Amino acid sequence: MVIKKRSVIALLLVLSLALLLVGCGGEKQPAGDSAAPEAQGEKMKVGFIYVGPPGDAGYTYAHDQGRKYLEEHLPYVETKFMESVPEGAASESYIQQFVQEGCDVIFTTSFGYMDSTIKVAERNKDVVFLHCSGYKTAENVGNYFGRMYQARYLTGIVAGKQTKSNLIGYVAAHPIPEVIRGINAFTLGVRSVNPEAKVKVVWTNTWYDPVKEKDAAKALLDDGCDVIAQHQDTPGPQQAAEEKGVYGVGYNSDMSKMAPKAVLTSAVWNWGPYYVETVKAVKEGTWKSGSYWGGLKEGVVGLAPYGPMVAEETKQLVEAKKQEIIAGKWDVFTGPIKDQDGKTKVAEGEKLTDSEILEMNWFVEGVIGTIPKKK
Amino acid sequence: METSLIAAVFATAITAGTPILFAALGEIFTERAGILNLGVEGMMLVGAVTGFMVAYKTGNPWFGVLASMLAGGLLSFIHALLTVTLKANQVVSGLALTIFGTGLSGYLGKAFIGQPLPNPFKAEKLGLLGDIPVIGPVLFQQDPLVYLSFVLVPLSWFFIFRTKMGLNLRAVGENPGAADSLGVSVSKTRYLYTMVGGMLAGIGGAYLSLVYAPAWMENMTAGRGWIAVALVIFSTWNPLYALVGAYMFGGIDALGFRMQLLDVQIPSYFLSMLPYICTILILILTTYKAQRNGVGAPKALGLSYDREER
Repeated sequence: MVIKKRSVIALLLVLSLALLLVGCGGEKQPAGDSAAPEAQGEKMKVGFIYVGPPGDAGYTYAHDQGRKYLEEHLPYVETKFMESVPEGAASESYIQQFVQEGCDVIFTTSFGYMDSTIKVAERNKDVVFLHCSGYKTAENVGNYFGRMYQARYLTGIVAGKQTKSNLIGYVAAHPIPEVIRGINAFTLGVRSVNPEAKVKVVWTNTWYDPVKEKDAAKALLDDGCDVIAQHQDTPGPQQAAEEKGVYGVGYNSDMSKMAPKAVLTSAVWNWGPYYVETVKAVKEGTWKSGSYWGGLKEGVVGLAPYGPMVAEETKQLVEAKKQEIIAGKWDVFTGPIKDQDGKTKVAEGEKLTDSEILEMNWFVEGVIGTIPKKK
Repeated sequence: METSLIAAVFATAITAGTPILFAALGEIFTERAGILNLGVEGMMLVGAVTGFMVAYKTGNPWFGVLASMLAGGLLSFIHALLTVTLKANQVVSGLALTIFGTGLSGYLGKAFIGQPLPNPFKAEKLGLLGDIPVIGPVLFQQDPLVYLSFVLVPLSWFFIFRTKMGLNLRAVGENPGAADSLGVSVSKTRYLYTMVGGMLAGIGGAYLSLVYAPAWMENMTAGRGWIAVALVIFSTWNPLYALVGAYMFGGIDALGFRMQLLDVQIPSYFLSMLPYICTILILILTTYKAQRNGVGAPKALGLSYDREER
């Protein structure tokens, strides 16, 4: 009996220690929590819900950089975040918790939080919610995302110029419009400078599995590809390219540190300025609900610095296209564009609308691969 | 073309299978002693992060491997303390260890995120053996840790099934009362092999952060600890079968991607289910045959041993 009690206590101890450490890892300690706010008056509280750990060196990392940028640029803001929050209905209680803790603005940064965000927002009209990558809005819920496809197109130009085998591998995540759109934009970029080149696609059905994603890149490399692009959050595919002595294009954040000899550039998110602008607007009372879809022009997406192997000529080509997009003279999905079977999808002079871009479920000409059919 | 494709699949199967192999090998020792440790995932993560940290600071990946063994061993010591001395529920303690390890690794690794490893293990050709066609590139152009696993697997098998210490180990797992009456210290044995298990799980984790994707990323094991636990059942607690199973489990992904490239449509969800389907099948088979052939789980697996309750 005594032994049993002791063991229960010991177990509880370890469990609580474990939870404590998980908690420590996750929660941000606001600097000078107890002393500072009183001195400067009430601070504005901004909460962030993350789908992964900020340490993923990818998607969540980029959001977290944005959070830090926000804290640096608006001294009256105090931020909190919760990491690795499950998507779907389970996320509701986490979002509610931030409301309880007195957050004025809450950013929910992944697609799967959409319905929970709307639900919590209905109950808490005095809090502003911003949901990333979804399509629902409400009076106090806005959504936001970036035109990553514009940056993808530019990286395509770089890859198309670099390839010698005219075969480029694309390690794709899940078969959803966001990923398909990226592959298409990238391929259009590649073929704008190198019409002979083709882009081979392999699906991993993961967002975050360094081993599996590296394996997928290896398969593409064995198949003759000499540039590897990717959509997942880990640098696994870039490391595979580095080991093979060929090139790669990173995603989410600058991946050149992980594979310095391979990474040509990376298509990156830059959330900081958007977060500052939005929180400022809320503070000043000028914020209105809506859908924000910023691109190169707004600086939400961009390219990481080039690797030393990228030629000057390529950089100029990219710069020219970039300026065209920023000026609004041209966008990526402007015709003529053919699909995989050679059928014209977008006629010359036409342009896909935003909703067509958001629902894209077909590959452009030059992509080798199939989109798994939904039953 | 065909042979090179097959060779590539096998070579990837070995590297992808090695982290699971180390972890499963460790868990075989632990479970052979009658202790179920479901903390493999946590121990692998802590092994991965400490291995990376030490290799990063010292510039020598071997120190990293040692550190990962130490870290894995320490974590499993907690498990042994709870389950052997305090006789706590092994399942609960193991699960707690996974949660603890996941949190601890994230906490420790904060400063090392996004840092490349200056000196990771590289594949090295083993002299003339590496030049043998097909077999050479598959088996003998690997990294040092793979070679280590090549040596470790037959040694473990020999140790468990052909030595007196191995016999004692199995006796403790099958019938601790009998082992005790023969003068084998049940708790010492269980402590020892639980820690051996933790050390090997640590190496398995370090393999990920030092060789496979040389960097530290939170949660980088992505569930491989659980596959290792399944693999132990699959292997029927035999290191040799664990080797076969690990390469099979590791090769499934490599094969799947190449199938995609050949435009053969197999749902990838089905492929990721395969290890578990195999495990369930083996589990059914071994339970069925257990009485007659003596294969199957150690009889005292998961049970605390109390001398007075004998």
